[in-house]
Amino acid sequence: MIGIEPVAVPGAPLARRNPVAKLAAALVFSFVLVATLDPVAPAIAIVVELALLPLFGVRYRALARRTWPLLVSAVGIVVTLVLFAADRSGRVLVEAGPAVVTSGVLLTALGLVLRMFAVALPGVIVFATTDPTDLADALVQNAKAPARFAIGALAAFRLLPLLGQEWQMISMARRARGVEAGRNPLAKLRLFVSTAFTLLVGAIRRGTRLAVAMDARGFDAGTPRTVARRQRFTTADALLVAGAAALAGAALTASILLGTFRPLIG
Amino acid sequence: MAAVELRGFGWRHAGRKRWAVRRLDLRVESGERVLLLGPSGAGKSTLLAALAGLLPEDSGQQEGTVEIDGLDPRKGRERVGIVFQDPESHLVMARSGDDVAFGLENRGVPSAEIWPRVDEALRRVGFPYDRDRPTAALSGGEQQRLALAGVLALRPHLLLLDEPTANLDPAGAALVRSAVAGALDADTTLILVEHRVADALPLVERVVVLEPGGGVRADGTPDEVFRVHGDALAAEGVWVPGRTVPPRRATTAPGDPLVTADRLGLPPRLAATDLTVRAGEALAVLGPNGAGKSTLALLLGGLLRPGGGTVTASPALAGRDARTPPHRWRAPALAGRIGSVFQDPEHQFVTSTVFDELALGPRRTGRPEAEIRSTVDGLLDRLRLGALARANPYTLSGGEKRRLSVATALATAPRLLVCDEPTFGQDRRTWRELVDLFAELRDAGHGVVTVTHDPDFVAALADRQLTLERP
Amino acid sequence: MTDTTSTNRWRTIDIVVASVIAVAFGVIFWAWGLVWSATDAAFAFFPPAQTLIYGVWLVPAVLGGLVIRKPGAALYCETVAAILSALLGSQWASIVILQGLMQGIGAELAFAAFRYRSFRLPTALLAGALTGLSAAIFDFVYWNVETDLTSYRIPYALLTVVSATVVAGVGGWALTRALANTGVLDRFPAGRERAAI
Ligand SMILES: Nc1ncnc2c1ncn2[C@@H]1O[C@H](COP(=O)(O)OP(=O)(O)OP(=O)(O)O)[C@@H](O)[C@H]1O
Ligand SMILES: Nc1ncnc2c1ncn2[C@@H]1O[C@H](COP(=O)(O)OP(=O)(O)OP(=O)(O)O)[C@@H](O)[C@H]1O
Ligand SMILES: [Mg+2]
Ligand SMILES: [Mg+2]
Repeated sequence: MIGIEPVAVPGAPLARRNPVAKLAAALVFSFVLVATLDPVAPAIAIVVELALLPLFGVRYRALARRTWPLLVSAVGIVVTLVLFAADRSGRVLVEAGPAVVTSGVLLTALGLVLRMFAVALPGVIVFATTDPTDLADALVQNAKAPARFAIGALAAFRLLPLLGQEWQMISMARRARGVEAGRNPLAKLRLFVSTAFTLLVGAIRRGTRLAVAMDARGFDAGTPRTVARRQRFTTADALLVAGAAALAGAALTASILLGTFRPLIG
Repeated sequence: MAAVELRGFGWRHAGRKRWAVRRLDLRVESGERVLLLGPSGAGKSTLLAALAGLLPEDSGQQEGTVEIDGLDPRKGRERVGIVFQDPESHLVMARSGDDVAFGLENRGVPSAEIWPRVDEALRRVGFPYDRDRPTAALSGGEQQRLALAGVLALRPHLLLLDEPTANLDPAGAALVRSAVAGALDADTTLILVEHRVADALPLVERVVVLEPGGGVRADGTPDEVFRVHGDALAAEGVWVPGRTVPPRRATTAPGDPLVTADRLGLPPRLAATDLTVRAGEALAVLGPNGAGKSTLALLLGGLLRPGGGTVTASPALAGRDARTPPHRWRAPALAGRIGSVFQDPEHQFVTSTVFDELALGPRRTGRPEAEIRSTVDGLLDRLRLGALARANPYTLSGGEKRRLSVATALATAPRLLVCDEPTFGQDRRTWRELVDLFAELRDAGHGVVTVTHDPDFVAALADRQLTLERP
Repeated sequence: MTDTTSTNRWRTIDIVVASVIAVAFGVIFWAWGLVWSATDAAFAFFPPAQTLIYGVWLVPAVLGGLVIRKPGAALYCETVAAILSALLGSQWASIVILQGLMQGIGAELAFAAFRYRSFRLPTALLAGALTGLSAAIFDFVYWNVETDLTSYRIPYALLTVVSATVVAGVGGWALTRALANTGVLDRFPAGRERAAI
């Protein structure tokens, strides 16, 4: 159902890097690209991302499975621009009522869609190759994140796959007692809302108990914590972050040199 | 090294009029091993939570004092280890090994010592998987072992166990008891709550029986307590060793099949299984933890779609739906024909009061309101939940929750009843009440399937047994 | 109100429940997305109207602030929920993390404006409006840069704020009350108010 487990082939050279380094590299890479609206820089970035994919041990098919929701919003971007683009320069290709498709509009849409993919892929790759527990450990050990929050969030995060099961359990419990929506869409919506509310109540109830269980085992007792799994931030990890910055910078530079660069603000 | 001292202790949960525990004077010396008894709802779990410092001031009202080595338990938590009645709420981490390590990390145990201690704790409780096993994929009994390992690894001075073997198969329960015995140093204090006294006796040297209204009913060595108070305690609901319960065998031969499973399975949870349940027959499903008993129960209950094989309901059960398998039936039809009791009672609660919970099924199957009232009142009365009719199901004690979940399935008087561990955590009185209820249903021609680890229950009620193996 | 340091410290239960709210909303969003994909076509004629459902994405900010009542709660809940929806494969991927941060800051400012002392309906409304405003600003400069100012960007921004005020503000407030009525918030100030009534 909900896929959150890492899908990487274990031992891939970049997948093994420190989770904080991977996260930082992805953020640096993404946010450099946010600065521009042209199609060239993101296109270069996407090529780079796809070329590096095998080093992360992610198969192209696995990536496609995780990124298909992006296609939905790509369609949304194109439709919105066709109807509401500010800049309608260029040759008119199609004209039907409010929908005026010009070559300028298409170019803008292409830029936005490519930017969306270029910015999104690094995050998808990082999450696909990182175990949440390792990420929390690394955030605490290497990024000085507050341990209470990182571990508290991790503990809640563990409930995520359980919530999927819980949804199933709630539905089964209702069915066992004769509650169902049948074919009426309104009844379906009502049942959906009440199931979601029950899920939320159950999740909070679990959360309060989980907090008690954590306190019972000395969480937040004020004793300095030790760590069972050491996460190291090595030179290779620093190089990964630097490499990400360099590659993103190179993509921007290429777009400036080609004269296509269009800053987001200005 | 941990002595417990309670003086006039009482606790009332927020939103309740009755005190859960009251007027309790008790001293437990360092190194003593105590079995804490009392009927369901007497306040045993509440007392353990108080000793573990887990009753926050804002969640109720306290009276008197409770001290561990002269300290408020809320301040001396590192001395105490507790395993709750409900193992699921115990697990913190996604991987089994990490979960055991969690407490060690919090206590500041040096990194190098952590994994050896984790492995040793897992070995002691007979945890069958490696450290990386996801905690979400464990069966109820497996979770219980893991929870115990997480506490044993901390080597607490005061060990509090709330029905630690309730969900375990007999072999696992024996293993856990020996793990507990082995984990106790000479000065480890143990307070154990366990309804099944006979099993727990080898671990303890003192028995304390709580009085439901408040105070201590009896206190002393097991011999003394049961010799002097045996009859009275048994009548009040304590499992006094050596007092058997009269069996309730079927009075007539079983009738026609109600439901038949043919090569029914759901890999990897349940291997292909054949079975038939007849009218007027009680079938017990046994097997080790993780064998797929709960999965089988859900499949028979028409709540899960089979992964292989078929479930066929006879016309006697299904009427005109006999040609479709139960998992495709409309919900109201299903609720009127097959009643399901889930292993974890909380999974089953749908409404916010005990009364509504019981009335829901009959309402959905279209019974008249007057009949619903009398059915519900009858069940409340019989299972001694009358005083709790307006309480939220989630705030009940472990045994009360279990009774409520069984009662909800009984409320529609379904022709086939599928119960997952209906008797765990029950005191003797409720246990007998449940056996009688099931026996009456069976003798009235209903089919009863119970998944259980409880040999007494099998002996008292079951006409036939089916034992599953791990897939 | 002198001892603000200890009341502002997050207890374990605050941290875990705030995280749980965020996680649960991650799942609810995910399921909501499935239900909603069916109605996507209906919005094609006037996409800015889609912002009317925008408010749902902002509920955790208001709810978190109202339930936890500690500085940072609104920000924390919204950001963690955003991280989670990125994890689950949302259409907007890792950008939602930045977006969630922005939206959380909006609600946080509202609670801070009342110095974390008032958690009534007006506070909830302000929190909803401000989280909507910050969301609108983000979309204005990021997602909608290339669209027409008068026919799209401005109506979109206004509708976002309206939607946030109603759905996240009023909705978050009502949801808090409904949760309190089930008794799960008994260990929070929001739940104890019920007992007092
Ligand atoms: N969180 C709670 N809120 C309100 N009432 C509660 C809560 N927990 C327990 N109670 C009530 O307090 C009483 C004692 O409950 P407790 O769980 O301590 O019983 P117990 O002796 O452990 O019973 P059992 O053998 O059934 O587990 C019960 O009547 C129960 O309904
Ligand atoms: N939702 C699930 N998804 C995947 N595996 C599951 C799920 N539920 C249970 N399992 C696994 O399936 C197997 C059978 O589980 P089940 O709960 O049916 O066992 P059980 O016989 O009832 O055990 P117990 O006596 O401990 O309750 C176990 O190994 C368990 O880990
Ligand atoms: Mg109990
Ligand atoms: Mg089971």
